[in-house]
Amino acid sequence: MYSNMLIKNGHIIDPSQGIDGIGDILIEDGKIVRIEQKSGSLEAKKKKNNDFRTSELPNFQIIDASGLYVIPGLVDMHVHLREPGFEYKETIKTGTMAAVKGGITSVCCMPNTNPVNDNKTVTEFILRKTYAEGSCYVYPIGAITKGQKGEELAEMAMMHEAGCVAFSDDGRPVMSSLIMRRALEYSKALNVPVISHCEDISLSEGGVMNEGRLSAQMGLRGIPYASEDAMVARDIILSELTGGRLHIAHVSTEGSVRLIRQAKERGVRVTAETCPHYFTITEDEVKGYNTNAKVNPPLRTQRDVDAIKKGLKDGTIDVIATDHAPHHRDEKLQEFDKAPSGISGFETALSLSLRLVYEGILTMSQLVEKMALISARILGIDAGTLKVGFDADIAIVDINKEFKVKSENFLSKGKNTPFEGWVLKGMPVITICKGKVYDWRQNE
Amino acid sequence: MKDLVGIKELSRNEIELILNTASSFKDVLRRDIKKVPALRGKTVVNLFFEPSTRTRTSFELAEKRLSTDVLNFSVPTSSVVKGESLFDTIKTIEAYGVDFIVIRHSSSGAPHFIARNVIASVINAGDGINEHPTQALLDAFSIIEKKGSLEGLNIAIVGDILHSRVAKSNIYLLSKFGANIRLIGPPTLIPDMADHNVEVFYEMDEGLKDADVIMMLRIQMERQGKGFFPSTMEYFKNWGLDMRRLKLAKKDAIVMHPGPMNRGIEISSDVADSGQSIILEQVTNGLAVRMAVMYLLSGRGENV
Repeated sequence: MYSNMLIKNGHIIDPSQGIDGIGDILIEDGKIVRIEQKSGSLEAKKKKNNDFRTSELPNFQIIDASGLYVIPGLVDMHVHLREPGFEYKETIKTGTMAAVKGGITSVCCMPNTNPVNDNKTVTEFILRKTYAEGSCYVYPIGAITKGQKGEELAEMAMMHEAGCVAFSDDGRPVMSSLIMRRALEYSKALNVPVISHCEDISLSEGGVMNEGRLSAQMGLRGIPYASEDAMVARDIILSELTGGRLHIAHVSTEGSVRLIRQAKERGVRVTAETCPHYFTITEDEVKGYNTNAKVNPPLRTQRDVDAIKKGLKDGTIDVIATDHAPHHRDEKLQEFDKAPSGISGFETALSLSLRLVYEGILTMSQLVEKMALISARILGIDAGTLKVGFDADIAIVDINKEFKVKSENFLSKGKNTPFEGWVLKGMPVITICKGKVYDWRQNE
Repeated sequence: MKDLVGIKELSRNEIELILNTASSFKDVLRRDIKKVPALRGKTVVNLFFEPSTRTRTSFELAEKRLSTDVLNFSVPTSSVVKGESLFDTIKTIEAYGVDFIVIRHSSSGAPHFIARNVIASVINAGDGINEHPTQALLDAFSIIEKKGSLEGLNIAIVGDILHSRVAKSNIYLLSKFGANIRLIGPPTLIPDMADHNVEVFYEMDEGLKDADVIMMLRIQMERQGKGFFPSTMEYFKNWGLDMRRLKLAKKDAIVMHPGPMNRGIEISSDVADSGQSIILEQVTNGLAVRMAVMYLLSGRGENV
């Protein structure tokens, strides 16, 4: 394959170097070796003749990115690849391919596999599988506690050594405040974040959608916002007590945004993420008992959506992740309360997030920060940047291209999306990852 | 309309049509020979995923009075126990060529799910904590029989509103007809129904003042000890209907209950057996209403 290439005349956005302008990127052996800016910065304007002469670059693949944005490959710090154990929902092979289609070149997979990723053998299995079949980079997240049971700490240091970049019990939140305290303390030795799925399960027990008038009207048991807010508050307090690094997963409520904002003002070591569905749609999507809109935390109200957008704008929410949660069609084709929670998110995430740019909530550069740079920094991984010397993991995005979401075209095995039939604007047209070029325009 | 999944989905006109049709069927039920050939040749399957005696018996008798062929499907003996999905179960049943599926299920929205996936008419006989539309229709029918109309009546619904699909369907129906709905019960058992023009009372004596209708709901024993209320004794003391409280309502107030009753827990025996109680008439009217629903859904008469 081509590992030497020249991306010409694209609008390069790289917040890690403050680049926002037209330029060329030269790639050799899969690494970025030079960036030449032609506009957008003072340096670029000082230079006169900074064009690469393509005649001097034999055996280089030339990619014309005129009219397109060239951004670092996205870093998605919250995904479910389902392997090992649930290969009928997704595999490392299909999941990473779907990620690449979404412009995502690094993913962090949650440990709720079978067996649970709570020991280095499972971590090593995931990494071996990725090496053999993965299209993008996979950074596993280890379980905080053995079997995600919330009872005793898993071997965090050994998993860290094997390649885990963070720890989380994900959908089975650590209910014991003592265990959570110990996890935040212990993780300091490794300087890794503890990722908390904030849900007081005694408050949300039996709940399948947001609690409110709509849940009362649909006869569905509700999950109150307090279930999330109470745990966000607890974990912030524990992070303050211990000095451990806390990362709040998939923020869905106005109250969480407020609590995180206040904590950051106090200087607590807390970061937070949200997902495209939490700033795009509300609980109304559940109407008609639509199981594809069943997700945990549940879709909330317009008020929450507005608060999350505000939190993204003012920096309270650091990261946009997908919480890509593929499920089999048969599992979603059930009674609402029996269907599993989750949205297949890889292949709509960037397009949905670009709406924030169109709405003027984020600049293109801020969006790239939240979808690549900051997540990479939180995790301490070499990604989310176009700096010279780094792997050329790049997404080339056509922000004007409109398309209709058709889950049948997803590369993910999970066709469970509440955005079926939506017309979205902006999508990755080329992804470069691990030295390979994927041109998605060829398939149309 | 193909299905009856809930009162929420019905217009006022559609409800009136059902009630008027039920009135004709009630006349039929007064005859010596109570069976009519209206739906001869049609097949109904009663699909009950939850135990039920009253509703199932009522549906079955209504179906027989309409001369349909009735198939009863009860869960303990079915392939559901072997792990078959609801989707496969209904597809199998549909392959028999049934015309009606009457379903009771513990999952809210199960009838909606089925209705989307079959050609047969689906009738909701109670889904989770969502709706029990035929019960609300028979309740409305019973009230109108006694009071002439629903508009402007003070109707108190007392008890576990949160888990009661009967209460929900009644609230949707009564609010469409301009009744003054009062919800009475402990705050732990009253959901946010503010969109439906209801007034909430935690104090039962206050809520019963000048009531025309008192609808009592069954308290499910398993709610005790789950934090909804401390004991049945305390519950009855605060939200049980006895003779003293009945006197706070209008003199000619009627007392209703969807059954089965817990005597001494939500309703005292002297009230349940009093002349103001129309509990047994509700049962009779249930037959007429269910016959009307099936008749109309089959496309006979006007379109529902």
